[in-house]
Amino acid sequence: MSANQTPFEFTQALRSAADKIVAKYPEGRQASAVLPLLDLVQRQNGGWVTTDMMSAVAEFLDMAPIRVYEVASFYTMINLEPVGETVVEVCTTTPCWLRGCDGIVQACEETLGIGLGETSADGRFTLREVECLGACVNAPIVKINDDYYEDLDPDRTRAILDSISRGAAPPPGSQTGRKTSAPASGPTTLSASAGDS
Amino acid sequence: MPTLTIDGVEIEVEAGATVLQACEQAGKEVPRFCYHDRLNIAGNCRMCLVEMEKSPKPIASCAMPVGDGMVIHTNTPQVQKAREGVMEFLLINHPLDCPICDQGGECDLQDQAMAYGLDHSRYRENKRAVTDKDLGPLVKTVMTRCIHCTRCIRFATEIAGVEELGALGRGEHMEISNYVEQALSSELSGNIIDLCPVGALTSKPYAFTARSWELNTTETIDTHDAVGSNIRVDARGRTILRVLPRLHEDINEEWISDKARFANDGLRRQRLDRPYVRRDGRLHAASWDEAFSAIAERLKSTDGTRMAAIAGDQACAESMVVLKDLMAALGSPHIDCRQDGAKLDASIRSSYLFNTTISGIEDADACLMIGTNPRWEAALVNARLRKRYLAGGFRVLSVGPQPDLTFPVEVLGAGPDTLSAFGNGTHEAAQVLTNAERPMVIVGQGALAREDGAAVLGAARRIAENSNAVRDDWNGFNVLHTAAARVAGLDLGLVPGEGGRDVAGIIDGAAKGEIDAVFLLGADEIDVAAMGEAFVIYLGHHGDKGAGRADVVLPGAAYVEKNATWVNTEGRVQLGHRAVFPPGDAREDWAIIRALSEVMGCTLPYDDLGSVRRRMAEVAETFNIIDVIQPAPWGQFGSDAAPDAEPFTTPIDDFYMTDAICRSSETMAACSVQILGNGSKATGIHG
Repeated sequence: MSANQTPFEFTQALRSAADKIVAKYPEGRQASAVLPLLDLVQRQNGGWVTTDMMSAVAEFLDMAPIRVYEVASFYTMINLEPVGETVVEVCTTTPCWLRGCDGIVQACEETLGIGLGETSADGRFTLREVECLGACVNAPIVKINDDYYEDLDPDRTRAILDSISRGAAPPPGSQTGRKTSAPASGPTTLSASAGDS
Repeated sequence: MPTLTIDGVEIEVEAGATVLQACEQAGKEVPRFCYHDRLNIAGNCRMCLVEMEKSPKPIASCAMPVGDGMVIHTNTPQVQKAREGVMEFLLINHPLDCPICDQGGECDLQDQAMAYGLDHSRYRENKRAVTDKDLGPLVKTVMTRCIHCTRCIRFATEIAGVEELGALGRGEHMEISNYVEQALSSELSGNIIDLCPVGALTSKPYAFTARSWELNTTETIDTHDAVGSNIRVDARGRTILRVLPRLHEDINEEWISDKARFANDGLRRQRLDRPYVRRDGRLHAASWDEAFSAIAERLKSTDGTRMAAIAGDQACAESMVVLKDLMAALGSPHIDCRQDGAKLDASIRSSYLFNTTISGIEDADACLMIGTNPRWEAALVNARLRKRYLAGGFRVLSVGPQPDLTFPVEVLGAGPDTLSAFGNGTHEAAQVLTNAERPMVIVGQGALAREDGAAVLGAARRIAENSNAVRDDWNGFNVLHTAAARVAGLDLGLVPGEGGRDVAGIIDGAAKGEIDAVFLLGADEIDVAAMGEAFVIYLGHHGDKGAGRADVVLPGAAYVEKNATWVNTEGRVQLGHRAVFPPGDAREDWAIIRALSEVMGCTLPYDDLGSVRRRMAEVAETFNIIDVIQPAPWGQFGSDAAPDAEPFTTPIDDFYMTDAICRSSETMAACSVQILGNGSKATGIHG
């Protein structure tokens, strides 16, 4: 990894956003803001951070650059290499796997024409396999950019990806219509309203 | 104090100690990789597992504080099995390349695998491979061997004070790296080689040179700076292959600077291995007889008062005392050991010592630095200052040029006017010292080696006295030397006698023809070209500046080639020992001067090292006691005159190029270029 990438400087807007984040932490603990700040600069740069951006964050927070590199390389949410406009992350950890994530992965690969860990030639999609996304009740799950798409099967996955590639924004959340993580078969308690009894 | 039982033996340990420390105190050996008693506890290697009663599983003893009534077992089958499990996991990704690994033979992993390793591997999958990192010209990396103990990261962050190493990635993908590949910018970086428990970090200059069991080890003293670091020198045959630190809690703890460790390849280059005599403007190899007769012939009609001598920065006390006696026998008062022209007074010992002592820094609570950059002048003093800073409640003020010292320094100003304001209490920061209980003042050679050095010294003394830094139980006045020879030179009185000339006077006299002969004892840091027509005799070990100007060159011994005495900046007398013999016809320095005295017709009465050492003790009784600092009485020194306004400068402009040995070292040249970026500066190495 080399240091000679485009120099990065905080824009005025970014700086004021960063100041707001830093202000949330006690005096002298500004290094705690490293993750939100990395997220901020990553969004500005189309989904990934360069070495210079990390160095700029380090300087902004008055910490050693290596400490920022450590954080950025630890978290999979911080991308150190360019990604597509839309990042599709399929959970393949045990609960999702039991609920059929293999089929979801296959559906994604077929629809997008790329394999896991690849970015499409037109730069629109990146497909990735991730560990537990923490919404196991609604397994299997795919995270597309900032949204979770839950209760998927291969067909629903294809439909979502197709509509995204047409430029639409399909509604996130459960794709079977259940509310958050309510039981899949409908309410089991409080099934009637108070007026019914 | 909690009492606990370890393997059936009851033991009382200090509160706050860890179980591992308690086990050590009880004489039980606990294997470890990540734990190091001078670094923060990481607790990540899990090798130090022991069994604790009432605990369902083994505990990591390095990270477990002792509790009253704990019952610990270190030698049960469960402990053995747990450690074998840890070892098996560590070895999963560790390559089986011991036969080509420089750590082989002195490897913690190898040693502990003898006790806890399985005789076969159950692992059938591919081992992981990690890209090697570029950490500069000193540290070689084979990162596949890394077991992620993080000692190097902790050393760089905590002790060296350069946050440049980190753990990137996570889980199986974790790698130790500096991310952007650049040389470590620390003067102590070589210590991570010693800290690494496996062969991931090894010495680049020493790579594939020797096996540890082939080496002869000699314990001696480093002379590249005035700290007097304790070192061990490893040699095979007549070649010194590497230098490692030796434990001395009061000086270098268990670290040494990169210069002490890596400059030794300079001992193999540019050496003076036979005498030379200048004829027709060129130096010609000669025998000892020819060299001595050339000197005798040239000087037989020269009056002693027209001769002078200058002692260099690495000269040993033995050679200096014999030189002093020779000059006295010749009737010359022109002798000086202060090559840099520091205005130090040899009559009051406390005026030129680091009186607080290096370990005493840890007791200080405020510090004023005057014209010094301890990071380059004495890297281990700087490490001690940083250690004190990390302990908290330590304010460091500075007058003079101030580069990054790895801890915060409040720069008050650049020169003597700030010092004067500080001295008369008008400076706002003055009360930092007066309010401190144990303040210290460090005066560097950058403040003393100038025309008004005596005035600066006087001003520093008054600041120390006014802030109550000098009293019966505390002496906070410190002079930080850069030359290993200086304190011994001052102790032995190698300063101009009645009507004598100092270094500047000697050179000036030589230029004007008032001095006919100059004897240089390894003196290279002077303006050798300015000595006019004077007859110059150079006694030293390297063909550096001094030898280049000399009319007769006498080959001497370098610091690791003689049994000799040095006194460090604290005034601590230490003995160095010979690791190898000097090359070719070179001899020990004091013996050469003794032989020369015979040629000059004033034979000195020294026939063996013992008689020279008795003479040293006669001149200065501090030489009687080795390694113990003698109390130095306080007195009035320095001048009351006002110093000039000129800002202080730092005496070292390149940490890696401070003496003849460093200047001959390829490794130091590479450091100068790659770490300090002195790319354009051509050195002798670049031919």
